[in-house]
Amino acid sequence: MHDELLALLKSAGFNGDAILETADAHGGLVVRVANAQWRRAAEVAKEHLACDYLSFISGIDWQPAPREGDEAGGDTSSPVQPTEMTFGAAGSAGRFQVFAHVQSTSKKWGLTFKSDVDDADPRVESWVPVYSGADWHERECWEMYGFTFDGHPGLRHLYLPFEFEGHPLRKDYPLLARVVKPWPGLVDVEPMPGEPDTDAPSEAATEAET
Amino acid sequence: MFALDIGWGTTLAIKTIVILMIIPAGALILGYVFLLKVMSHMQSRLGPMDPGGFHGWYQLIGDGIKFLQKEDVMPTKADKRVFAAAPAVVVLSTFLVFAVIPMGPDLVVKDLDIGVFYALAVSSLSVIGVLMAGWASANKFALLGALRAAAQLIAYELPLLLAVVGVVIQAGSMSLQDIVLQQQNGEIFGWDFIGNPFILTQFIGFGLFLVASQAELTQTPFDMPVAESELVAGYMVEYTGFRFLFFFIGEFGTAFGFSALAATLFLGGWSIPGVDGDWANILGPGVLFAKLMIVAFLMFWVRFTYPRLREDQLQALAWKFLIPIGLINILLTGVFKVAF
Amino acid sequence: MTAPTHASARSEGPGWVPQPGVSEPSVGMNVELDTGDMVLNLGPQHPATHGTLRLVIRLDGERVLTADPVIGYMHRGYEKLTEFRTYPQVTTLINRIDWLSSFANEVPFMDAAERLMGIEAPPRAQWIRTTLTELSRIATFLLFLGEMGLQVGALTPAFYGFRDREHVLNLIEAATGGRFHPNFNRIGGLKDDLPWGWIAETRATMKIVLDACDQFEDLVLGNEIFGARTRGIGIIPSDVGTAYGVSGSNLRASGVDWDLRRDARPYLAYPDLDFKVWTHPDGDSYSRYWVRLQETREAARMVLQCLEGMPAGPIMAKVPRIIKVPEGEVWVETENPLGQMAYYVVSKGATGPFRVKIRSASFSNVSILPWLLQGVFVPDVITILASLYFILGDIDR
Repeated sequence: MHDELLALLKSAGFNGDAILETADAHGGLVVRVANAQWRRAAEVAKEHLACDYLSFISGIDWQPAPREGDEAGGDTSSPVQPTEMTFGAAGSAGRFQVFAHVQSTSKKWGLTFKSDVDDADPRVESWVPVYSGADWHERECWEMYGFTFDGHPGLRHLYLPFEFEGHPLRKDYPLLARVVKPWPGLVDVEPMPGEPDTDAPSEAATEAET
Repeated sequence: MFALDIGWGTTLAIKTIVILMIIPAGALILGYVFLLKVMSHMQSRLGPMDPGGFHGWYQLIGDGIKFLQKEDVMPTKADKRVFAAAPAVVVLSTFLVFAVIPMGPDLVVKDLDIGVFYALAVSSLSVIGVLMAGWASANKFALLGALRAAAQLIAYELPLLLAVVGVVIQAGSMSLQDIVLQQQNGEIFGWDFIGNPFILTQFIGFGLFLVASQAELTQTPFDMPVAESELVAGYMVEYTGFRFLFFFIGEFGTAFGFSALAATLFLGGWSIPGVDGDWANILGPGVLFAKLMIVAFLMFWVRFTYPRLREDQLQALAWKFLIPIGLINILLTGVFKVAF
Repeated sequence: MTAPTHASARSEGPGWVPQPGVSEPSVGMNVELDTGDMVLNLGPQHPATHGTLRLVIRLDGERVLTADPVIGYMHRGYEKLTEFRTYPQVTTLINRIDWLSSFANEVPFMDAAERLMGIEAPPRAQWIRTTLTELSRIATFLLFLGEMGLQVGALTPAFYGFRDREHVLNLIEAATGGRFHPNFNRIGGLKDDLPWGWIAETRATMKIVLDACDQFEDLVLGNEIFGARTRGIGIIPSDVGTAYGVSGSNLRASGVDWDLRRDARPYLAYPDLDFKVWTHPDGDSYSRYWVRLQETREAARMVLQCLEGMPAGPIMAKVPRIIKVPEGEVWVETENPLGQMAYYVVSKGATGPFRVKIRSASFSNVSILPWLLQGVFVPDVITILASLYFILGDIDR
């Protein structure tokens, strides 16, 4: 199925510079296209691959989240991720990527498009002219990652309050709840019943004393 | 048998008290029987059982006390005097209807010559109260609800009137007492055992009357003015506590009034076969009550079962369907009246 | 002359707003009254939005000019939170996305983790998952079948919907211990096996469900007023629906023959089940109700098939004690009651996911509202909202 999809892409004139890399991610086809070809990818998918259905558009920040002690104030209680920046299927040129999944309701197939966006000025063409449903997805991506979608009819806040600052899904945006109060996460720090508590007298113990 | 000689002042006082009692009592009875119990059982639940009394009827008292305790909230931007007056107007129109409904040969507040006309006229006064409430609430939902109510009540006045005209033609009188007597003393092809309840000849009119009164009462399927899922509660969305209780009493009191009117016009009112004179005075109220409960059951059954029409569909139903039928009914009644 | 302004009717300031190219109306006889548009805030607290959806509607009389949904009142930031959780902990979060069919939410995420780890849940676990997924579909749809009646004004169907859903919730509770948030899936299988007697109980309940469907068909679908209120209201053409990403029953009601249980990469026990994908050509609110009614019946039949074909065996695969998911990324989609539920999981070999894109069905289903609500009446807004059937947690995530 992947070969068929790629052949269709090529026959539509979408190859060479447009496709940077393709990969098979556990059975799903991932096609990384050049930033300038982002909208054309949607057009080709809709016209030549019969992908009439837009599942989602979103972004990825490949930079590892800061750890505890970092200036940005991460914490160690969350699952430990590798500290060096690595990229997923089909690779990436920089920190940010926009990715989207389109599907065909008639041919019952689908594929994921990825495209690199600039670190300093993340910017990509909007898909709204191709898929009307891209509107909300791009608004979400804009507020969560700070990507600008050229040609979008109105990039307004979708989920967050209108005065909200920052881009919460970027990895350097701390999870504020964790900053205020560290969460046990992996380690079960609560003592088992009956075990002596090392840190502080347990509630039961204090009650028994009084 | 009971030849009481009392002055007109005492009579008036008694009549006023009775009327003032009937409406809240009727509203509470309908509210308890239908809203709390019949609806619950139709919806495979029991309704309030625990408050005490038979099937938990103390709940009504509890509700009443609760309404009295509630804070009286008035929106800041509301038109204060109109806002306060609106519930009273709604309830007032309900009270006025009962002035002409006979409960026995002599048990009637005032047997007007144009009783039917009067009853229908005062019952539509409530729309003024509704409009006042919607406008004064300074709330968009309330305003939409009030305007819907106005449009709806205007549209359904006509079928209601046309439905009654058949009865009036047949009875040859607009006095409700006369209409009841006509039904009691009438005969069907020379057989006069049960009299002649007009529902037998005016069944089209009866159906029309039920549909139109359902709309007048803003009950489902014509409850757009209060449409819970659209306008939250329509014109009464801003009302709380005692003022809301007034609307509640107005709603169910009017339902009580219209049921009584339908029972009087079509089911023979207080009359039952073979009872005359003083006994009719004693049994009359009970008979009327039984008949109006039957009519009310039909109304509420529809209310609990049907979905709601849309505003334009409601208008289309009135103008394209009910009014022509009403006119045909009048025509037929006239023809038969002349022929027989 | 301008219309008299009123606090409730004209929230947008004074009646006359200077506009380019329009001269100020002069006082005269033949000047039409300026009936300005009214902005109506439907929500965030409104009975029809069952949750905290807010619709900013500009009205001309009762006709909707524009409708702008404002969402996010319930946004919980699950995509961010998943990056701070281990894989087993994520289950707790995703239970609360579409809280009416929590079990169905767990399945695709577990599937994603299992695919990344290269393990597979044993057949019995797969079949139990299928059964419980279909049960949550029935529970969700029964609520819809009643709720839709309530939204168009009929009180009684809602109670019937809740009454019959209770039986199904009892089954889910009996098997998982949780009525709403089962949290029953484990990576590589399930927490427990089915309790004794559960299968016989489920068979009996499916009879109740099928009877309930007949009742809804008579009471709601057969009602003339219901037909008048829903037929031709909120028509979604199939091409518009797909472009907006509308999925599930909503899309099948527009005639698109696409059901992920049949058309996606095979998952759970669906390849072994015999079921029909219902479509309706009209695409209006009525057909959405019709399709969901048929799918409820179909789901009940599928549950019965599952009970018949339930294999014996273990319910957990061999899984390491501390779950580390190898590096990789995977896209897993399932057909949830509300539509396409999908996760794009990116792992970097840690105990927790690096990035989880949650693709929830209601988000896309509701994004069509600005297009769909143009020019309809206020009551139709409610009909359309009800017939699209969204869960706020599924929109806001």
